[in-house]
Amino acid sequence: MSLTAEGLTKEFIRETKNTNRFTAVDNVSLTLDSGELTVLMGRSGSGKTTLLNMLSGLLEPSSGRVSYDGRSLYEMSDKQLSRLRNKHFGVIPQGQTAIHSLSVMENIMLPFALYGEGGAEDESYARELMERLDILQLEGAKPAELSGGELRRMAIARAVIRKPPVIFADEPTGDLDDENTIAVFDFLKALAGEGAAVLVVTHENDAKPYADKLLTMSSGRLNECE
Amino acid sequence: MKSLAVKNLKGKPVRTAVLILLSALLTAAVFGASVIVSSLRTGLGSLENRLGADIMVVPYEATTQKKFENIVLQGATGYFYMDNKRAEQVMQTEGIKQASAQYFLASTSSSCCSVAVQIIGFDPETDFTITPWVKKSYGSQLKKYDVVVGNDLNAFVGDSIQFFGVECHVAAKLERTGTSFDTAAFTNTETIKELINTSVVKKMNSVGDVDPDNAVSCLMINVAEGYTPEQVVNDINLHVKKVKAIRSEELISGVSQSLDGVCEVIGIMIAAVWLLGLVILILAFTMSINERRKEFAVLRVIGASRAGLAGIVLKEACLSCLLGSVVGAGIGLLVIIPFNGFIEQLMGLPFLLPGAGELVKYILAALALSVISGALAAAVSALRVSRIDTGVILRGDN
Repeated sequence: MSLTAEGLTKEFIRETKNTNRFTAVDNVSLTLDSGELTVLMGRSGSGKTTLLNMLSGLLEPSSGRVSYDGRSLYEMSDKQLSRLRNKHFGVIPQGQTAIHSLSVMENIMLPFALYGEGGAEDESYARELMERLDILQLEGAKPAELSGGELRRMAIARAVIRKPPVIFADEPTGDLDDENTIAVFDFLKALAGEGAAVLVVTHENDAKPYADKLLTMSSGRLNECE
Repeated sequence: MKSLAVKNLKGKPVRTAVLILLSALLTAAVFGASVIVSSLRTGLGSLENRLGADIMVVPYEATTQKKFENIVLQGATGYFYMDNKRAEQVMQTEGIKQASAQYFLASTSSSCCSVAVQIIGFDPETDFTITPWVKKSYGSQLKKYDVVVGNDLNAFVGDSIQFFGVECHVAAKLERTGTSFDTAAFTNTETIKELINTSVVKKMNSVGDVDPDNAVSCLMINVAEGYTPEQVVNDINLHVKKVKAIRSEELISGVSQSLDGVCEVIGIMIAAVWLLGLVILILAFTMSINERRKEFAVLRVIGASRAGLAGIVLKEACLSCLLGSVVGAGIGLLVIIPFNGFIEQLMGLPFLLPGAGELVKYILAALALSVISGALAAAVSALRVSRIDTGVILRGDN
């Protein structure tokens, strides 16, 4: 499995003093490989999340190409791309992303529920994930009863419930304490160890020790550190 | 994604209850109003079927009474008489195929009468308007003191009922007509003449001295082939004094016009309520979807297609509207069935509920209309949700 980006550029229309175009990501090329945890760092507004959204099939680039196993993401229909994201990509978005009307277990099983799938075996795997992330006791609880760290761990479990080959994590430890931060990075590193390609977008230096590949971004341009 | 839509509805009970309530009110209003219109039309149909005469002849002064049409057409309480000689003169008119006399009397609520109702006497030998209807409930010949009662009268076969101190026997109960006939009593000439006589003797007859053997209230006439009701009516009105001949159609058209007016108003109200309901549902869905933008962005992130997101919104809308419409139709039935007598009184028009099959059709139509309204109202939100910009929403909320 490999996910490759070539010459990715994203421009937004935005009124500024001299121009109405703003380049968020500028001609970025990169490859995410199986078994590697890639950390993408940069200051706020450097284009990290925009790049992650383009890589995960959520935002069409202005130019350039993203390929997954040789198939160009943005040449697929929305239905095909959505199904690919559902089965092959695990996305952990920024902030709290729980569906509040559903229980913790239902939130985690949501990628299956979307397509009317998921059986006892998948529920059993969900419990295994919850145990690894130390939220098993919250299986039937509603998101309103959970702390920020627990909600984040629930979002991680939901992203990886389908055992996706590619995992995208956007600021996964943004609002967590040190203990939770370490737990989350340990878990993501373990997933890379199990064969997934993991991309972590963060501005926290705590992520550096976990990186197999460290990238930085500034003003939409990508630099490889090591 | 049906189960997800159900989970979403269950997970937000207040939001779901509000949507169901809105839909229930919309359905109850539309269903109730449609059944009322249908009942009025069925009532008029029943009246037309019941009438069965081309012409009615009544004493001239009767036409000045306020409720004259209702007395003759629907069996409302009231009475008047004309001399038998006039009736015989009328029957001499050319072009008459059948003619039969009817006698009216209203009982009172005083102790001499079991109940205050309109009593209509007819001659079973010549009658062609009441007999066919009575025959459906009672196949035998009415004997003296036998009465047949309307469907809404609180008297049953075998009961005794007293009019002006005269004990009568309930021989049959008629099927419902949706008119005042449902609270009237019918009897033969012999009995009604005795009742009229007793009312006169007891000084309870508002007309005063009436000789029952020399008086009739109304003549029902069918015209012979080759003649038109207009010709016969003109002939009677020209040659017989102190009577008024009226075409039945003319009488019915008054009721029919009032009914058309009422139906038009109700029709406009249905359209207005539906439009208002649709606008409220659009607003409710728009507000609900705006509140849930982040939720839909999350679903998109985990693999929902744009069409899939729109599908969730539409399914939630259809499910909640379907539930609401079932509740609404139930409310409509609970109001209309037990209170149909009250509605009939309030409107002063013939009112006959449609049969069970027809009611089921109205229920199904109301359910379909409600679900379609829900889908239409949610379509705008579904379109907006399908165009959601995931990145902007997730970032904007953090």
